[in-house]
Amino acid sequence: MAKIKYVEFNGTVHEIEVSKGLSVMEGAVQNSIPGIDADCGGGMSCATCHVYINDSEWFNKLPEKEMGEDDMLDQAYEPKSNSRLSCQLIVSDELDGLTVHMPEKQV
Amino acid sequence: MIKTDVVIIGAGPTGLFCAHQLGIIGLKCEIVDNLDKIGGQCIELYPDKPIYDIPAVPQCTGEELTNNLIEQIKPFNFNFHLNDRVQELKNENNKWIVKTSNGKEFETPNVVIAGGVGSFEPRKFPTKSAEIFDGKTVLYSIKDKTIFKDKSVVIFGGGDSALDWAIELSNSSKVTLVHRRDEFRGAPSSVQKIKELSKSKKIELITKYSMNEVKGNGSIESVEIKSESGESKTIKADYVLGFFGLIMQLGPIAEWGLNLNKKTIPVNTESFETNKKGIFAIGDICTYPGKLKLILSGFHEGALAARGCFKYARPDEKYRFEFTTASSAIKDRLGVKE
Repeated sequence: MAKIKYVEFNGTVHEIEVSKGLSVMEGAVQNSIPGIDADCGGGMSCATCHVYINDSEWFNKLPEKEMGEDDMLDQAYEPKSNSRLSCQLIVSDELDGLTVHMPEKQV
Repeated sequence: MIKTDVVIIGAGPTGLFCAHQLGIIGLKCEIVDNLDKIGGQCIELYPDKPIYDIPAVPQCTGEELTNNLIEQIKPFNFNFHLNDRVQELKNENNKWIVKTSNGKEFETPNVVIAGGVGSFEPRKFPTKSAEIFDGKTVLYSIKDKTIFKDKSVVIFGGGDSALDWAIELSNSSKVTLVHRRDEFRGAPSSVQKIKELSKSKKIELITKYSMNEVKGNGSIESVEIKSESGESKTIKADYVLGFFGLIMQLGPIAEWGLNLNKKTIPVNTESFETNKKGIFAIGDICTYPGKLKLILSGFHEGALAARGCFKYARPDEKYRFEFTTASSAIKDRLGVKE
């Protein structure tokens, strides 16, 4: 288990214990946290699980983007340089304590 | 008014295979899709990407899969209604009256919703100031390129649409291409071409900036772009084009009184019928315990939904299970000789 903090655009904070091996996206969807849609189900084929990693130290610590993630992020709502697709962040001990911020909307 | 046994909403792989199954059991159907071509997400999102998990097909692209499915339903001569969207579903005397945005009307006992994650719409600029000019001088697709002649055109995006139009319009317009990062996702040859055009000053290329605001009184005068660190630039513009790919919206489906679970429709797993009699949902848009968003699951769901349609389309007949290898009735429908 790793503790992941999800911060909605309106500031609401959800702190969830997510099982190792799940993605940060799945942690949100399975706990009915609003703000992450994940239309494609986690296949890096849409951009509706888009989150920001506001802490640059955390951002740099995350596993690097695979080919294609930035291409999908181009199609997200208000992408920034600290954007990630949460379906691509697989929960492990290293991610314990990660905070992700959600954009104003996904579509 | 077109009378038919089934109206299928969505011409993606799931809708196409459901049509095949309807043809096999002797029912007629009409297929409506709001894209201008057959194939759904397969053709719109990944026509060239290989798919590896279609049973008995080790590898095929979205386009190949679509073409094979079209081939497979050819014997049934079903009608496609493309570029059209089902707007309204109404129940009259146990039949569904289906109305489309182009004004077509169907009367049918069955509707199969195979709508994927809804209909594709272009992603728009997030700023309110772009809405005022939407469809006039702020555009997300191009119908008539002659309107840009000798004008200042600012294009946003980093994919093939943005690059291709920047290249094309650079011949006769003053083009500025703005993209949020240094890398482009378009074809390497287009990226190369853009860099050459930028070098020779045929286009102005600005990266690491994105749209902040569209300015103008009555008509567009300029766009203000901003970088993440807060710098801003103002560019003179007559037209602003945005190419950020497509988003999927559930659209009118949400207004038909169906139970919804987020953006999906709960169904039973016997016939994939929804909470409304005669309305079925299959493929990515349906949900049930254990649902997988795979094409192969959509095929299975379509086969069972087709049998579900049979009892409403032929209330006085009993559905009889048959194999395509053995049934002469099926072979007749397929037009194959024994």
